Amino acid sequence: MNYSFQFGALAPYGDLIVEGAFQTLRLSAITMAVGLAIGLAGALARTSRVAPARWAATAYVEVIRNTPLLVQLFVVFFGLPSLGVKLGAGAAALVALSVNLGAYATEIIRAGIDSVHKSQVEAGLSLGLTNLQVFRHIVLYQASKAVYPALASQFILLMLATSIASQIGTDELFHAGAYVDSRTFRSFEVYAVITTVYLILALIFRALFGALHAVAFGPLSRRRR
Amino acid sequence: MIRTFSFLDVVFIVSALRFTLALAGIAFCGGALLGAVVLVLRVLPLALLNWLAAGYIGLLQGTPLLGQLFLFYFGLSIVGFNVSAWFAATLALSFYASAFLAEIWRGCVQSVPRTQWEASAALGLTFLQQLRWVVVPQALRLAVPPTVGFGVQVVKNTSLASAIGFVELMRAGQIVNNATFSPLSTYLTAAACYWAICFSMSRLSQRLERRLHVAH
Repeated sequence: MNYSFQFGALAPYGDLIVEGAFQTLRLSAITMAVGLAIGLAGALARTSRVAPARWAATAYVEVIRNTPLLVQLFVVFFGLPSLGVKLGAGAAALVALSVNLGAYATEIIRAGIDSVHKSQVEAGLSLGLTNLQVFRHIVLYQASKAVYPALASQFILLMLATSIASQIGTDELFHAGAYVDSRTFRSFEVYAVITTVYLILALIFRALFGALHAVAFGPLSRRRR
Repeated sequence: MIRTFSFLDVVFIVSALRFTLALAGIAFCGGALLGAVVLVLRVLPLALLNWLAAGYIGLLQGTPLLGQLFLFYFGLSIVGFNVSAWFAATLALSFYASAFLAEIWRGCVQSVPRTQWEASAALGLTFLQQLRWVVVPQALRLAVPPTVGFGVQVVKNTSLASAIGFVELMRAGQIVNNATFSPLSTYLTAAACYWAICFSMSRLSQRLERRLHVAH
């Protein structure tokens, strides 16, 4: 092995990589918010009494979860313009990532709603709460507690998956890495640094979600570890 | 001259499915072998090895697969191997799969009641014997559905190998698109191929879950 690592060659591009990391954070944060909203709506549709709403939500989940994110990105970015829908790389990534996360969130939240026992709903109704109050104070609270860990790890997986958006030229961390690579030709060094930044971001998110859980539901149980 | 998207293009894309499946199959097997080793290290009663295995899992689960692919692709040639995209993709996907499989299986092993370990220890079995004859046979039933489910992730993630130039389903789609410039038909065809494979695997996983759960 006679290769001399030159991480110093990347130093002039430090700003670019930091900027890319912020773009990744921004993209991830917006996607998490939109994806969560889609997931909530999807879960409501999947558990609704209206059959067509149920079918539509099921079809959405099954189509999105069984195709790769890369294909979804390509369909939105390259395919939709032939139908007259032209989106920039950033907007296309946001749409594809949100729709992707929404499908996973739908399934996770639905499982959470299902895990709330029927007697809880009956008890709430017999106390004179309205349907909406029962959903908000009894079902949603307990469901969110049950789905929190799964949702948090799905969010972190999504943050890592935003790197795939670099393939359609979205401005984010991995794309910044590819640019630096094209300038310096220090491919291994560039991708080692970029991958490490993702690891740091993942650890930050994990700490953040842990703290959020402590605030909302009390400390995360470590019993299972 | 741009030609039109024809039936032959569909055939070309569908036939590239064999590379996707081969890549997924090899990566899954490699990941399972490596994952089994990581699993043993993760549950062995030796704190140092547990941490090492946990660190390995955390490292692979906390970084994007795309980054891993590029690191293997460029890193192996630094060490002196003249790697093809095929080899780098197989290796990267195997390591990626091993971390997730080890973590899935650890959950299954830990859900076997503690009394099973104690009873087999009382019978004088060594740790590996306990694992082999008592715990794994019980954990296996729980492990089958999520393992098949993770197979779906492996199949989908092979599409990222196109980024390092490996010609599989997705890359075949890009090639067709370059010649025909009908991105919508091309990528929807690719999506349909992935969907057919992944949907049947998801269904299989659900069915296995229902069947293996009955006796519980």
